[in-house]
Parts: sequence; C-alpha cells; structure tokens
Amino acid sequence: MSESTAPTPKVPRRRELSRRLAPLAAWALGLAPLAKIAADALRGGLGANPIEAILNRLGFWTLTFLALTLSATPLKEVFGWTAPLRVRRMLGLFAFGYGVTHFAFYVGVDKFFDWRTIAVDLTKRPFIMVGFATLLVLLPLAVTSTDGWVRRLGYTRWKRLHRLVYAAAVLAVVHFLWRVKADHRRPLLFAALFGALFAARLPGLFRARARSRAASGRTSRELFGA
Amino acid sequence: MSVWKTDQRESEVTPESLYLRRRDFLRLGAAGALAAAAPALARPAGPSGPALAASETRDLAGGEKPTPWDSVTTYNNFYEFGSSKEDPAQNAGSLVTRPWSIRVEGEVKKPQVLDLDGLLRSVPLEERIYRHRCVEAWSMVVPWLGFPLADLVRRLEPTSAAKYVEFETLLDPSRMPGVRRGVLDWPYREGLRMDEAVHPLAFVAVGLYGRALPNQNGAPLRLVVPWKYGFKGAKSIVRMRFTASMPQTTWARMAPNEYGFYANVNPAVDHPRWSQAKERRIGDFLRRDTLPFNGYASEVASLYTGMDPRTLY
Repeated sequence: MSESTAPTPKVPRRRELSRRLAPLAAWALGLAPLAKIAADALRGGLGANPIEAILNRLGFWTLTFLALTLSATPLKEVFGWTAPLRVRRMLGLFAFGYGVTHFAFYVGVDKFFDWRTIAVDLTKRPFIMVGFATLLVLLPLAVTSTDGWVRRLGYTRWKRLHRLVYAAAVLAVVHFLWRVKADHRRPLLFAALFGALFAARLPGLFRARARSRAASGRTSRELFGA
Repeated sequence: MSVWKTDQRESEVTPESLYLRRRDFLRLGAAGALAAAAPALARPAGPSGPALAASETRDLAGGEKPTPWDSVTTYNNFYEFGSSKEDPAQNAGSLVTRPWSIRVEGEVKKPQVLDLDGLLRSVPLEERIYRHRCVEAWSMVVPWLGFPLADLVRRLEPTSAAKYVEFETLLDPSRMPGVRRGVLDWPYREGLRMDEAVHPLAFVAVGLYGRALPNQNGAPLRLVVPWKYGFKGAKSIVRMRFTASMPQTTWARMAPNEYGFYANVNPAVDHPRWSQAKERRIGDFLRRDTLPFNGYASEVASLYTGMDPRTLY
C-alpha cells in the first residue's frame, strides 16, 4: 500500500514462509518415492523380479518416514528447526500410507489374494506377524491424527496414545531384521538411527519429568526411595 | 534311459526344430513387447561372451521358454560379491577365471590339482535346460552348458570310503568385496552324497545360453543340482574333497533350522519364514505350484526311499 507502511519484521516473514512451504515440501517428499517406483516400473528399471523390488521399496520407505516423523522434535531441539515439526503429522501419515501400501501389495500382488498362505503367514511366521503388528499399532495413530481427535481425547491422553509410534518403530525394525537372510547391515542401520533418535529425546524427557516433579513439590527421594 | 523322463509328457516337449529357433521366437516376443511398451523401455541385453559349442541339447524343463539372459545374469545370489541380487553382476567383473585349477583331496586314489582347461579339452560339452528353484521361492528356466558331474567324479577315482563329496568356492578378499564382512562363514561350502553326485541329472556348468559362464553365475565352473534348492549349486569351485562323513555345508551351519544338507525341493516342507508350496517364475506375475523335487521326482525320488522327506529340506 502506501510507502509509509513499516516493513514487516524479517523473522515473522520467514516463519510465514516456513508455515506455507513446509506442507508443500512434505507432500513432495511423501510422494516422490511412489513416483520413482512408478517411473522405474514403467521403464523396466526394477530388475528381474519387480514384484519383490516394489515390496522391498515400500517397506524401506515405511521405515524411512517413521524415522523422519521421529526426527521432528530432535531437529528442533538440536538445530532449532521448526519446519519438520509443522509437518510431523503428514510425515506420520505418509509412514502409515507406505505401510498400508506395502501390506496391500503383499496381499494383492505378491500373494495375489492367496488367503490360505496369507493366513498361515500371519499366524505362524514371526517376521510377518511383527510386520502386521506394526501396522496395527500405527492404525489408531493414523485414525486419531485429526485436530478433532486431539480435542476429543484431550492433549495429554492423545500424546500418551501417540507415544505408541516408538513401539511401531521397534516392531518395524524387528520385522526387517528377521526378514533378511544373512546380511543385517540395513536393518541394523535403521536400528542405530532409531536408537539415536530415541536418545535425542531423553534430555527433554528428563527436563519434563524434573518440571512435573518440581510442580508437584516432590523430591527425588520421595520418588525413588532413600 | 528312464532317467531322462520328466514329469512332463512327450507331447508337451517342444520339437527340436522349434527349440533351435527359440531365440528367434524370443526376439520376436521381445520386439512385440518393445513395440507395445513405452519407447523409453530399456532394450534387454542378449547373450554375450565367448561362444561354446555343445554336442547336443537336452530340454529337461518341459519345453518351457528359458528365462531371458538378462534376468539370469542380473538376479543372482553370490554373496561373495555382495548380498543384493544385483551386486554380483556389478562386482564380479574383477574375478579372474583363467588359469583355473581345482584341488582334489580326501578319499581319492590320487589327490591332485586339476587344470580346468585340460579337463575341458577332454570332456564333450552338452546343453541342458533345467528348472532352477531358489529356496527364496523364485525360479527360472536356465539353458546350462557343461558336463555330467558323474563323468568328473569317475575320473577322480574316489575310494570306497568316499560317501560324500564337498565343493568349495573360491575365497579371494581382494576380488570379492562381499567376503570382507563375515556375512557367511567363508569359504562357501556345499556337498552331495555320492549317489547324488553320480546321478545323471547332477551337472557341472561352464556355460549359459551357449556362452562361457558369466562371472556372476559362478564362472568358470559351478554345480547344478536341479532337484535341490539353488544354494546347493556351489559356484566358482576351487576344491573338491571326498569324505566319509557328511560335510558341514555353509547355509546348514548358518541356520540349521532353515537350511538342511539335502535341501531337496519340497512344496510340503515350508521354510520357517515362508511357504515353499508356490514359487514365482521370474517374469511371471502369478506364482505357480512348486513340484516335488522341482519336477524331477521320477528320476531322483528313489535316491531317498526309506528316508523321512520332512528331514530332507
């Protein structure tokens, strides 16, 4: 408008940009692996066993998006980045989406609705049971990911429920670890990554506990005994 | 000659004249697929490498179309060159396959070091098209080139004390990036009972699709035992040892509940982590039923009479 208007302060403008761009970036990041899989499939770039390749890639991206979801808070605490935290819900939903697609691909393409084999897999084979359990743990988190559900449950309870994502990460790594025949490098890499992300949360967790302890006026002696 | 019967009937077998033109047919099929697909589709590479002549061809895969060269040579389990399927094709180029010798030891009249070129001058090569079933529930149809293992075993003159023969794969950390990590207990070892080793279907392959065996497929010589899971087929063999007791084989040592010494293809005995009832032929969309002994039951089942098939995984 007029030249006399004071310039918008720099920091809020950057924050505004991050608010607008972060979801776009998350969408692009979330859909890129799927687009790559589709492009590779079309040009015959998935090797001699494309079904196995697609199944493995969908599993890989499930784990990767779980890791991205869990890195939002550490990134803020360590580097002060807030953008990942803004899109954490989307990243989590992409993790669930890749997990569901991975499972659907196993049922509908790899096993081609061979329900008898699938039933045996889901009841007798530990690595598949653990993989399926991962999906079952993620399901309520995906369902309650809306603002409406945060209100309905109340933030504290919602937060407690969504800590299940840590269990999902552990289960997903175990699924991968038990799947491979001999070379455990990749699943162990994910294990190390999740371990580091969990560890990065510990200082914050201790601070929060110290705060609540201080608030309730109890000493550590009262909490842990003499 | 009943040993050459497969589970397929004679009428199902491709006439030889048609078989000899199979590559024209493949090329036609590939051309059609290319025309129909996106122009960006990569053209699959055809057979390459030094040509080898075969005195005869035996189709022991029921006339089924062989899996394309491209798939057979880029989808390999050869952990010495890496544990991903595409690793061996990428890493095995450094393998030096000439000169090549095989140490022959154990219960033999005369332990010796056998020169491969000398051996190849004295054995006629034949082509054999076999079904190949991996323990991971995928399969191929492979036109191997080589000679019966029985011919080699007889030449080496094992003593009457020899009940088993063990095969050992080359272990060369300077050329095999996969062995620098202890993924398996190197060197890779496999073995057969003597009656299995001299069975007419047990084969030593030195070629593929009329060409010298590519490194990633186990050059310069490998074992092919079509009624057993693929891991029995030791690659790049440098040692044969005849023994009185059952050899300790690599995968059976690594995970005895998952991989046994016999490793006969058996749809009724599941791998603990997946069903063996079906398999995906590379190139197919749907899985097909796995056949007992990979379809070679009429030839080999008698080797195991009186043994519990559940212990033969």
